[in-house]
Amino acid sequence: MEAYLDNSATTRCYEEVKDIVVKTMMEDYGNPSAMHLKGVEAERYLKDSTQTLAKLMKVQEGEIYFTSGGTESNNWALMGTALANRRQGKHMITTAIEHPAVAAPVAFLEDQGYEVTRIGVDSQGRVDLQELEDAVNEETILVSVMYVNNEIGSVQDIAAIGERIKRKNPKTYLHVDATQAFGKYRILPKRMGIDLLSISGHKFHGPKGIGVLYIGEKVKVHPVILGGGQQNNMRSGTDNVPGVAGIGKAAEIIYQNLESSQAHMYDLKRHLTEGLKKLPDVVVHGMPVEEGAPHIVNASFVGVRSEVLLHTLEDRQIYVSAGSACSSHKRAGSSTLTAIGCSKAELESSLRFSFCEMTTMEELDYTLEVLGEVLPMLRKYTRR
Amino acid sequence: MFKAFLIKYAEIGIKGKNRYLFEDALVKQIRNGLREVEGTFKVVREQGRIYVFTEGDFDYDETVQALKRVFGIAGICPVVVLEDNGFEDLAKQVVSYMKTMYPELNKTFKVHARRAKKSYPLDSMELNRELGGRILDECPGLKVDVHKPEIYLTVEIRQKIYIYSETIPGPGGMPVGTNGSAMLLLSGGIDSPVAGYMIAKRGVKLEAVYFHAPPYTSERAKQKVVDLAKLVARYSGPIRLHVVNFTDIQLYIYDKCPHDELTIIMRRYMMKIAEEFARKDGSLGLITGESIGQVASQTMQSLACTNEVCTMPVFRPLIGFDKQEILDIALDINTYETSVLPYEDCCTIFVAKHPVTKPNLNIIKRSEQNLQEKIDEMMRMAIETAETIEVQ
Repeated sequence: MEAYLDNSATTRCYEEVKDIVVKTMMEDYGNPSAMHLKGVEAERYLKDSTQTLAKLMKVQEGEIYFTSGGTESNNWALMGTALANRRQGKHMITTAIEHPAVAAPVAFLEDQGYEVTRIGVDSQGRVDLQELEDAVNEETILVSVMYVNNEIGSVQDIAAIGERIKRKNPKTYLHVDATQAFGKYRILPKRMGIDLLSISGHKFHGPKGIGVLYIGEKVKVHPVILGGGQQNNMRSGTDNVPGVAGIGKAAEIIYQNLESSQAHMYDLKRHLTEGLKKLPDVVVHGMPVEEGAPHIVNASFVGVRSEVLLHTLEDRQIYVSAGSACSSHKRAGSSTLTAIGCSKAELESSLRFSFCEMTTMEELDYTLEVLGEVLPMLRKYTRR
Repeated sequence: MFKAFLIKYAEIGIKGKNRYLFEDALVKQIRNGLREVEGTFKVVREQGRIYVFTEGDFDYDETVQALKRVFGIAGICPVVVLEDNGFEDLAKQVVSYMKTMYPELNKTFKVHARRAKKSYPLDSMELNRELGGRILDECPGLKVDVHKPEIYLTVEIRQKIYIYSETIPGPGGMPVGTNGSAMLLLSGGIDSPVAGYMIAKRGVKLEAVYFHAPPYTSERAKQKVVDLAKLVARYSGPIRLHVVNFTDIQLYIYDKCPHDELTIIMRRYMMKIAEEFARKDGSLGLITGESIGQVASQTMQSLACTNEVCTMPVFRPLIGFDKQEILDIALDINTYETSVLPYEDCCTIFVAKHPVTKPNLNIIKRSEQNLQEKIDEMMRMAIETAETIEVQ
């Protein structure tokens, strides 16, 4: 049996997504910027996708921009607002558990002279709303908060954050990295006070290399990729028609059964969490099952190095990811696990299991069974 | 402007009656080294020299880089090839060569003509004189120095005329294949690829063995070793790499022997297995990257202990090197960046916090008695199930 439990890393494409991607590569392969019929045909895909996404998020079509993925969307949101609003102020706020695609550009801007406040989280990965509100001042141009944490699946109350920020400084923008959240929750930027929203296609059965940045119409953002003036002069580069068609199709499909898929994943999560807690010396991280994201479970198997457990599971066709990339020489511990106060023993032994709506109970039962079998053996052989 | 390379070789020039064997091997290695370079090359041996002629377009830099990796080459001279259109034309071409190569015109030179084609109207002495005079006339600033010239300009008159003056240093050593083969114990670290490189430089063909310990070492760790073997193979030619699954043996030792002796006992079995493969492949020695005192398993006592299991000679070319000296070579041969990728290797996973640094052979042997029941069978299995990869 095979159990692919690494859906937060990437997902398998939907058949329909594959079909439309192939079609745009083999039949309707024109450049949307071309003036002839081939160009017009290709442009139709852009329009369709834009329309789909705008409808699903209840925003205007002109507020949807396509990028190369979550990382570019995040970089653009941060750099673009910093560039366009530097006269307004030079202060930015983010959290201690952001993905590197946010943390790194923020650190870069800090080097360039921007002032950055990083808000801490509690032991479940919840951002302190009061601390966040207190940090907002006259100079604050942007707050960047991730919707669902990619490592432990903790979820932030975005609507409450939006409200508190605007109350303190109506001019402060809110950027939300929704890479792990889109397709799991119905996200309505306008109702949640979100000014910029990052989405990545391959996290919800779309292709890799395509993402979206939603930019509210009144938000001042500077383009960071300049050139031929595509996408309303905001993001140049030949339109990625296969990617755009694919992400639109994937969004359309995942929204059809969003609530029932979400419920199914919560069932899975509950089942796996309960099973894990029955094993000795296992610590499950993050929020209580229903409060956290439906598709991410992070646990430490104290006394077993994550990398070793990962490869043991891999040998049984179970694919998961390690909470921290580590080696004997360099231990670059996970930033989220460190931020929620995990011990060294927990850091070194953590694994992330992540589902999609296609994941089955059988896959989880098989995983729990294998874990029960290999953990005692692995614990016996450790470095003394 | 260069259409050929004269290959200079040092040591093989003095190998007496076996000389042709070394020269043939060098020609073969040069051909092999140029296989992937853009261009068509003809490697010929004539009158005790090796020339690489190019046909049509070729990538000069890539060619020189490839030649610099062929052991046995002491120097590479880029050669300008001319048709014989009479002395007047030759003189013009020589002057223009000097002006192109040394535009500053502030060096001392000497012309060294070799007239292999005896029908040429001027003899060597006359050529030296006439060409030297022309250069002096037309390149003010260049001066003659017959004892210690900065530019030693050779003009060879054959069917065609060859002009060269620059020598790019080669790697030296001897052509691979002239000194048998040996089995390299390749880990994912910095030292063992360097050790392989150094032994290959003496003309030895390499085979290699890597000890893989899934799930404690990952597929990527194995891929890294294959990549390292590939980098070494750029110098040594193809390497046959044996990947041995060592996990069971390692865990068995862990179960049965004192923990602080684990590494030393493990290494003894690695040597035994490597020697088995060497025997099978017809190799006559083992190669390791050990250096005295670098880590606990490389103290004098530890080396003596691991060496004791082998009957074949064990070559340790880095034995007297400091870490920095090894790093310098690793950087030079481009293995460093791959070596430092952070994947666990099988020597470090179970290593004791305080391993023995002065193992006593008798005590180690007594500990190994605990392994008697299964170890022979496990070694046999490990050897039988090993995966063999031909690395090019």
